[in-house]
Amino acid sequence: MMNADNSPRQPYTTYNDWYAAQDRARLIAKSKDAENIFRKTGITFAVYGHADSAEKLIPFDLIPRIISGREWRKLAQGIEQRVIALNAFLDDIYHKQEIIKAGRIPRELIERNVAFLPQMIGFRPPGGVYTHIVGTDIVRTGEDQFYVLEDNARTPSGVSYMLENRETMMQMFPELFHQNRVRPVENYPYLLRQSLASLAPPGCEGKPRVAVLTPGIYNSAYYEHSFLADMMGVELVEGSDLRVIDGKVKMRTTRGYEAIDVLYRRVDDDYLDPLTFKPESALGIPGIMDVYRAGNITIANAPGTGICDDKAIYSYMPEIVEFYTGRKPLLENVPTWRCAEPDSLKYVLENLADLVVKEVHGSGGYGMLVGPTASKKERTAFAEKLKTRPNNYIAQPTLSLSTVPILVNKGIAPRHVDLRPYVLVSDKVQIIPGGLTRVALKAGSLVVNSSQGGGTKDTWVLED
Amino acid sequence: MLGRTANGLYWMFRYIERAENSARLIDAGLRMSLTRSEATEDDWDGVLQSSGVRDIYDDTHEKLTSADAIDFLLRERSNPSSVMSCIDAGRNNARMVRTALTRETWEATNECWLDLKTLLARRVKAADLPEVIDAIKRKTGLIRGAFHGTMLRNEIFNFSRIGTFIERADNTARILDVKYYVLLPAVSQVGSSIDNVQWESILRSVSAHRSYGWVYEAEYKASNIADFLILNGRMPRSLAYCYEKISSNLGYLAREYGEAHNAHATAEETLASLRSHSIKDVMDQGLHEYIENFISHNNRLGQEISDGYRFY
Repeated sequence: MMNADNSPRQPYTTYNDWYAAQDRARLIAKSKDAENIFRKTGITFAVYGHADSAEKLIPFDLIPRIISGREWRKLAQGIEQRVIALNAFLDDIYHKQEIIKAGRIPRELIERNVAFLPQMIGFRPPGGVYTHIVGTDIVRTGEDQFYVLEDNARTPSGVSYMLENRETMMQMFPELFHQNRVRPVENYPYLLRQSLASLAPPGCEGKPRVAVLTPGIYNSAYYEHSFLADMMGVELVEGSDLRVIDGKVKMRTTRGYEAIDVLYRRVDDDYLDPLTFKPESALGIPGIMDVYRAGNITIANAPGTGICDDKAIYSYMPEIVEFYTGRKPLLENVPTWRCAEPDSLKYVLENLADLVVKEVHGSGGYGMLVGPTASKKERTAFAEKLKTRPNNYIAQPTLSLSTVPILVNKGIAPRHVDLRPYVLVSDKVQIIPGGLTRVALKAGSLVVNSSQGGGTKDTWVLED
Repeated sequence: MLGRTANGLYWMFRYIERAENSARLIDAGLRMSLTRSEATEDDWDGVLQSSGVRDIYDDTHEKLTSADAIDFLLRERSNPSSVMSCIDAGRNNARMVRTALTRETWEATNECWLDLKTLLARRVKAADLPEVIDAIKRKTGLIRGAFHGTMLRNEIFNFSRIGTFIERADNTARILDVKYYVLLPAVSQVGSSIDNVQWESILRSVSAHRSYGWVYEAEYKASNIADFLILNGRMPRSLAYCYEKISSNLGYLAREYGEAHNAHATAEETLASLRSHSIKDVMDQGLHEYIENFISHNNRLGQEISDGYRFY
């Protein structure tokens, strides 16, 4: 938030004046109010493995993270380039595999990858779009310096927090929105619905019918699923509501079975179709993959998109972007050591204290080692895991992430953050100006995941 | 609307209604034990029977004490009709159908659950009972208020109302089923103090001890009490009132969908019988038989609604 000379950075100047005039006790009281709003509304997520505290709140910090219009434009261009490359990559991987033939990516990395679905080979989804909704995780290390941490191209979550955080801020501090020209994010559900409907399958007759598929009320992101369905004005369905009848996916309504054209699924690939994937899955719809391949339903995101946001593939993203767009990537990748390669493994083992090591298929901050903050014992134990299954890991340096202020009892304190802007892909790429800022609430911590005690804040992109 | 959503709404409102009814039964039981001079374990037996959970109670308890019975009715998780079980189940159903509810209705349900979870976290002290029972009635009342004030009068509303009234009819019928003998003219010793206590307890368990006086302008009389709970179309917990509501809500669905199911015929038949009979007819037919017959028809109706509207 601050420049080196301790003056507020440009986008924060108006906010800073406002903050200086606030009574801290009042802000702390407001902070409690916000928590009550979230609790009352049931904006919760489930942490698996906590039996008695099944529903948790994500802590909300009421100091917004502010991004200038100029910085945002640069970021948005980079994200757009990357998302276009991801879709081109997926199309290529499931068709001609030019990138492998060109020797830019090793074949076994794709074909031995569990996220690669042979069922998708030779099939092109409606509009050629594989990943309709992307959440690109970004960190900022300095002025105009952004790194992409992860491309979440399967079922990125958290967008409901982006919307609720904004809603809460507007309720609590309307004056801030008079003083600052903050670009709106509220139309996300509308854009999402439009974007999904525009990619209806060839077999769709009449107005496309969209539905959200959820694993059900015990899923950690259930709140978000119901919220999005509600805001879009579409049905929230579970696998048990759906059946394949006459070559279409239909939902059981009080009037009989009705066809669905576009399914925004928040269920993993594995569970989507017990006939094709995990036979024991009770969450899926038997036969939906056949309907999909026959062009009678659009599944968003497409099955098999996981191959592009896999952490092992991540390290190839600069090559991927260049291969498909013909240009250098606008956004940087974090340098990544693939532990599968002997030289890299050696380097990682020697420098474990300075690196972050992640599981290739992991998410949610589980199963990772943050070298600088881990104890010697933890590092030794982790080194053993690395040696046993090097293919399972990648390592990255810890970046000197920029910090933003959060409200604490004594005033404000700096904390590390990341940013997940949300991107919608149809015949165009739309990037919502803002996103989810996740913040590590513990001083010095770099782990922002909500499952590991991270919080969130409203994210403002200013009109210049 | 999804069949599962209709099912969720139906059960959400059945459970909320049941939570309130359980609270009311405890209230009536408490009142009775305060009024009687001798120990009144029998009264709690009646309450557990009215709630339909006497068997489950016996599975987990060696003997019947008022403190255990109250705790069982308020908090016991193995008792599907305990207040806490019902609020849990009601709120889980509400989460499932959240997109069908207004924000106000959802929030009232969620707050009810949050507050009662705290209030019922441990055994309630005898001294705190009235306050807790009041809170249960108030919190469930807030759900009803939000629901009535904000929901569109569409199929969502209809399925919710049908759930409420099927449950309520079942509850009133059960109370009558357990206590029918005190309402039989042959057995009751008119005007005796024991009868008065019993009668008042019946009225109290449907929150009707005050309104009874307004409607019948007289002292307690068995046939009037039976009339009030069974046939009086203005008494909001009577069987007749419940069936007026069930029938009109089913009627809206039939018109909107352009299609009627078995459920419609069943509901009409029961309603016609409630409208055409006098309390004397009911007594002549046999109160006990009448009630038993009603309960089984009410259950059948629930099943037919579930089949007709593809709940599963």
